Amino acid sequence: MVAAIRPDAWNLPLLVHVSGAMLLVAALVVVVALMAGALRRGDGATVLTGLAFRGLLVGVLPAYVVMRGGAEWIASEGAWGEPAWIGIGYATADGGLLLSIIATVLAWRAARRGADGPGGLGRAVVVLSVVLLVAYAVTIWAMTAKPS
Amino acid sequence: MSLYEWLLFLHVLAAFAMVAGLAAYGVLVLGRRGDAVRRAVGPAALGLWNAGGLGVLVLGIGLALEVDAYALWDGWILAAIVLWLVAAAAAGPLGRGLRAGATAVDAGRARLLLAVMALATAALLIDMIFKPGA
Repeated sequence: MVAAIRPDAWNLPLLVHVSGAMLLVAALVVVVALMAGALRRGDGATVLTGLAFRGLLVGVLPAYVVMRGGAEWIASEGAWGEPAWIGIGYATADGGLLLSIIATVLAWRAARRGADGPGGLGRAVVVLSVVLLVAYAVTIWAMTAKPS
Repeated sequence: MSLYEWLLFLHVLAAFAMVAGLAAYGVLVLGRRGDAVRRAVGPAALGLWNAGGLGVLVLGIGLALEVDAYALWDGWILAAIVLWLVAAAAAGPLGRGLRAGATAVDAGRARLLLAVMALATAALLIDMIFKPGA
């Protein structure tokens, strides 16, 4: 019942952290939908691939910064120690940043293919984004159930 | 995992889905309104917003009943239900317009409905975290 007894001082950093995490996941979902759409059909593939790249660049990466900044802020507010659920959070955040950067570079290269369609690069972006979404679902479980 | 932990996990997961649906609506309303974008993002917008929204409400009520410290008539919970209704009311016409076709909803009205959905959802999140009066 941590939510019920949470100190007021944690609320603002928690809001920043959760808002960033929600925007991060939302942007990833949109990227998957756009890139999958680009892979499925020829018409509009160039537009969809370009939008997926922009979703990663101006959606996923800035949201990651907000999520991570909020996490550091709230971590500085309390003496948490190193329970398993925080370890899961750090692991998925650090690994997630690397995968997000790789996906962004791949999407940029896919967007440069123009009328040829995203091809294998687009498929790789979808796979990486889905892997990130699964990892973040596990993180949401860890943050809410707080296994220690 | 206890029932409380399951309810909280699924409630938060549903909230993430709702925000993802909102973001997909944002791409449709504020981005390019081409048919390819509508076909690619439209199902995600409808499915995630509707499923997430329903999950947030049902599981939220379940949490309020499960946790002794909360009651359905607490001010912050009543405020959350009102905000949920506002967001749902704005999403209704937008969703129906999305199903009907790209030009079914006027662009200006679509932006207004999206703004209401976004503001109500943001206020819902703030209410859930700060729990005023709890």
